[in-house]
Amino acid sequence: MENKLMIKLVVGTEAMFFLALIMAYVYFSLLPGFSPQQADHLDIRSTAIFSAFLFSSSFTFWRAEMNFKQGKMTRLKGWLLLTLVLGLVFLFGQGNEYARLLRENVSISSSLFGTSFFTLTGFHGLHVFAGLVVISIITALTFMGDYDRSTSSVFGTVGIYWHFVDIVWLFVFLIVYILPHFHKITG
Amino acid sequence: MDTILVPEPEESLPSLSVSNDQGILQWISSVDHKQIGIMYLWLSVLFLVVAGIEILLVRLQLAIPNNHFLAPEVYNQLFTMHGTTMIFFVAMPAIFGFTTYFVPLMIGANDMAFPRLNAFSFWTTFFGGSLLYFSFIAGGAPDAGWFNYAPLNEYNYSSSPGIDYYCAGLLFAGIGTVTASINFVVTILHYRVPAMSLKQMPLFVWMILINSFLILAAFPSLNAALAMLLLDRQLHAHFFSAAGGGSAILWQHLFWLFGHPEVYIVILPIFGIFSEVFPVFSRKPIFGYSMVIGSGIAIALLAFGVWVHHMFATGLGNTVNGFFAASSLLIGIPTGVKIFNWLATMHGGAIRFSVSMLFAIAFLIEFTIGGLSGISFAIVPIDWQLTDTYYVVAHLHFVFIGGTLFGLLSGLFYWFPKMSGRAPDQRLSRWFFWLFVTGFNITFLVQHALGAMGMPRRVYTYPNLPGWGVLNLISTIGAFLMAGAVGLLVYILVRALNKGAIAASDPWDANTLEWTTTSPPGLKNFDRVIPVKSTRPFRDYKRPEDADWKRQEVAYTEKPPDIDITQNNSHGE
Repeated sequence: MENKLMIKLVVGTEAMFFLALIMAYVYFSLLPGFSPQQADHLDIRSTAIFSAFLFSSSFTFWRAEMNFKQGKMTRLKGWLLLTLVLGLVFLFGQGNEYARLLRENVSISSSLFGTSFFTLTGFHGLHVFAGLVVISIITALTFMGDYDRSTSSVFGTVGIYWHFVDIVWLFVFLIVYILPHFHKITG
Repeated sequence: MDTILVPEPEESLPSLSVSNDQGILQWISSVDHKQIGIMYLWLSVLFLVVAGIEILLVRLQLAIPNNHFLAPEVYNQLFTMHGTTMIFFVAMPAIFGFTTYFVPLMIGANDMAFPRLNAFSFWTTFFGGSLLYFSFIAGGAPDAGWFNYAPLNEYNYSSSPGIDYYCAGLLFAGIGTVTASINFVVTILHYRVPAMSLKQMPLFVWMILINSFLILAAFPSLNAALAMLLLDRQLHAHFFSAAGGGSAILWQHLFWLFGHPEVYIVILPIFGIFSEVFPVFSRKPIFGYSMVIGSGIAIALLAFGVWVHHMFATGLGNTVNGFFAASSLLIGIPTGVKIFNWLATMHGGAIRFSVSMLFAIAFLIEFTIGGLSGISFAIVPIDWQLTDTYYVVAHLHFVFIGGTLFGLLSGLFYWFPKMSGRAPDQRLSRWFFWLFVTGFNITFLVQHALGAMGMPRRVYTYPNLPGWGVLNLISTIGAFLMAGAVGLLVYILVRALNKGAIAASDPWDANTLEWTTTSPPGLKNFDRVIPVKSTRPFRDYKRPEDADWKRQEVAYTEKPPDIDITQNNSHGE
């Protein structure tokens, strides 16, 4: 129970951190010159695809947790590995997007759009990376048999963090990619 | 392969000398909440001395008009480091020291929920402070004030690495602060003795609980701002530089969205300390236990709605200013409620004027002065006139010293016998109290006048205008009086630790669980905990015939056998 409360507090304070970054992004996005760049450089379709990988990793982690509760260790291992793969694909997709933007001369120092885009998505990517490190550790421990017949709360605890990282991306995706699309249509 | 044996603690207060086998490595490797608490407190004393020396140099420079004792660049670094250090590495570690030490003891726990996380929190704070001070030898300390306004904090205006160290050091300390707060919340909610309900917790523990949530909500916006500033300075991002399209005002919003809650973060735990000290030394229960909690929660919520009163001069418009002026007036109310709680606690009590209580009473006066000058800033035209003058400096020192520091000193004299098993010298401690309070008032009362006369803060010298020279000289003399008092305090503490009289385990006839242990508490705090049936379990235990919970039961029966109200208020002796 203590561990779950601890991670909920971590998630709460991290949510405030992302709120600050998102507010800065939204504030800058209202300034002139910002949204045309956003529309020109962001590819909503490819991002939507690698976002889908991240969202489904939340589902696979939830399956892992359920199988752990029922003591089905083989299935647990499978779902954990799948979660890792999905998370890595997301990071790969983000890396690809960054590489493309840098080729188009959009960088953190190129413009206000670059500054706020790379900071917001970069900090989120960092959190995905941290989550993957933690999940690889518990996957390794699972394979070493540490959680056989165990009542450990670690899967529930890591799960809360991993779902949080997903939900943050939901908001980032909405604000950075989808909403400007509507602006373009209406305005 | 060589192995290093990490010594396990054998006693709760191992000797500090390196030569003995329970030496310095034992302290470094410790995860014991009492040892970590003591380390927090020494860290705070160390930085108090350093930041004190910095400001003495500043006061020397300001002693006479047109002085050239310090160069302007050095002056900027000194006042910046003074403010930053005092807030983040004196006030915060001192509060966390008392919290880490006493929260488990007050709730009947043997340690924090996460002892290793506790050690992590302390050491990140320690390294954050070290990193900040490393800037002095890395090419220049930060020099844009403790709130480090944009665009002055940008590379074009401050090209020494000082502000990079400011960002890194405060990020480290901020992470330590947040993790410590998480630890406090989990400890308080999950590690109380089962008999202690939330409404029986000591008020200090209550204030720490509220304060921890305040920290968790406020620090992220500072951390985000620091990260953005580092990106600006290191990778040439454009968050705060107007030239690149960014916004200098964004820094102010993010900083004060943290900064105003921060001033409550360093005062709420102090309210908790006083809510322990007043009842014990007045020999009465606290007046309005639930009002103290309720007003604490009100302060914590309102704290997030007042930050723009630091920014009235930036021209955000009358609607915005009006809203934040009203909310700033509003937040004075719950604080005022607490002042009346303590006054009513003292009223009719059998007051013992120990040094701890002296600081508590002095606090009531000084903090009210600081509160009144604070309210004056909520009135926008007055703020426009007085902002960035010495009036602000006087106000913030009345609340930080007259509030936070007096509270910490009150707590220090209250709990020192428990922590060390030794009693500080009474006569010298009283000397310290009077010297410090006198020095404090001499230093800062005159600064109200200087501010009203228009003397700007943060300018390294001033012209010889009528009155300015003499008032500044008085202020400098007061500062040196305070410095002498702090020297005396360090002497009192070191002497008490070495050869002070042995303290009793319950020298003040106190009410809460930490006093049921030996002084200092054993390595394991409790083998068993006395029953908790009211907010004053130890008093109930010592006076079973007059226990609080019995009186409450009588009050709830249909016909109380003629209760004498006065007896109800002034039991004790």
